[in-house]
Amino acid sequence: MTPALASGGGPVIPNFGQGSSCEIHNGWFCTDWVRAHWGDTLQPALVQHVELAAIAVAIGFVLASALAFAGFRFRLLDPPIGFFADFLYTIPSLALFQLLVPLTGLTVTTVEIALVSYTLLILYRNMIEGLRGVPPDALEAARGSGFTRLQTLVHVELPLALPAVIAGLRIATVSTISIATVAAFVIPEGLGRPIFVALEQEVFKTEILTAGGLAVLLALSADAVLVLAQRALTPWSRLERRA
Amino acid sequence: MASEAAELVFDEATKQYAGRPEPAVDQLSLTVPAGEICVLVGPSGGGKTTALKLVNRLIELSTGDIRIDGTSVKEQNVVQLRRGIGYVIQQVGLFPHMNVEANIGTVPRLYGRSKDWIHGRSQELLELVGLDASYAKRYPAQLSGGERQRVGLARALAADPPLMLMDEPFGAIDPIVRSRLQDEFLRLQTEVRKTVVFVTHDIDEAIKVGDRIAILREGGRLAQYDTPATILEHPADDFVAEFVGADRALKALALRTLDQLELRPLDGTEGAPRLACDTTVRDALALLVAEKRDALIVLDHGGDAVGTLTRDDLLR
Repeated sequence: MTPALASGGGPVIPNFGQGSSCEIHNGWFCTDWVRAHWGDTLQPALVQHVELAAIAVAIGFVLASALAFAGFRFRLLDPPIGFFADFLYTIPSLALFQLLVPLTGLTVTTVEIALVSYTLLILYRNMIEGLRGVPPDALEAARGSGFTRLQTLVHVELPLALPAVIAGLRIATVSTISIATVAAFVIPEGLGRPIFVALEQEVFKTEILTAGGLAVLLALSADAVLVLAQRALTPWSRLERRA
Repeated sequence: MASEAAELVFDEATKQYAGRPEPAVDQLSLTVPAGEICVLVGPSGGGKTTALKLVNRLIELSTGDIRIDGTSVKEQNVVQLRRGIGYVIQQVGLFPHMNVEANIGTVPRLYGRSKDWIHGRSQELLELVGLDASYAKRYPAQLSGGERQRVGLARALAADPPLMLMDEPFGAIDPIVRSRLQDEFLRLQTEVRKTVVFVTHDIDEAIKVGDRIAILREGGRLAQYDTPATILEHPADDFVAEFVGADRALKALALRTLDQLELRPLDGTEGAPRLACDTTVRDALALLVAEKRDALIVLDHGGDAVGTLTRDDLLR
């Protein structure tokens, strides 16, 4: 790869054919390029990115829920599960891809395994904290009122853990959207793809900025949706914090 | 759902924790007649709360038995048993994620009652515990301590259980609100007539609230079980005498009202203080001492003077 910007002030010409003068001079943001390549490059990358992240968070959520129920119900299981999730979280994503490619190849599976691994720690820890944070007096009242173990879980523990669970979901979603750009190392998908292409082509700034900006916007929007969902689902939690 | 008050019998009920030298509750035997309030009182370590929790099996008996209307708690399904007993605790334990109506509807919902039924019942109970109907949609975080405990009481009453267990229900509430809640609880009890087991460490609360008082001493042994008047006038031993306090004679005065005394005819006492006939002897005496007077005029419920009492009459 050539150095980021050619020195000497000469124009840097992206090598994908005819372009506008903005493109030829590698401007920071060439609207005509964005308009021309929205349909064939940016939009498909954005959709793929949403899919990659959504699948990872969904699978991570299901796995973390199962682990959290196990770790909550059987306290002995919590330290090993926590350690395992911690361990996965500490592996650098590029190293994890290297480890997985011989096993699962250059496939979506490889990418999803890595992305899911990173969601587990955040989701698991928040779920466990949420379940353990249920006020003991509410649990005593439930038991004394004749709730079964399952009814206590469904009607008391889970709803009261929900704010912590959604907080975990927000962090996991935002970080997954960010990490998913690295998926382009393995498969030509997601918003990482146009960024890689732009890097190969004498660092085409418009493409990097647009794809990167879309990833940021996507993360912020997903976060906003989850905040709204939390307010709708747990109207009581803001009152509790104020009280 | 039953509604008739139940008779509660402790029959040598004992709780012995493994590895402890003394039992927490030691062969406790007493009968709470249907519709009466039995207060368990005593120093900490007396096993009051343990005894209470043996009834709804939050703690399991070691030996002995507890029977509700003749049926041993051990023979009942523990979940069914608890649904049939109202349970009120000091920290209230309202569910923070449910509004007041949903909190009150907790047990009826377990019984499969409809939303409409629960709505109607919660409106009824809010009125009974002295809260405005608009409280139904509030969340616990929006209530004061006293309001929460009223909702806790309403929740315990929701399924109309024949027996109520109350574990220091007013213990975390400031004295003024506490006294008002006690009064309202007693008024409410005249309406609902439940059998109530009420735990407190406060002897004054026990005297005020209890039809009968069971005084438990360290090691979970029953020191005396009797009416408040008998306990104050004839404490069974030094422990009870000390526990009820050196001012027990004064406390006993609070148990009688003026209409229980023999009145003297009205004659030449026009200027004396005038008191309603349901004033306690203790309050009447306090007034005479404070105002340095020797006699008072007693008024009937309509506010008419019906007789007089001297200071000596009050102390007799």
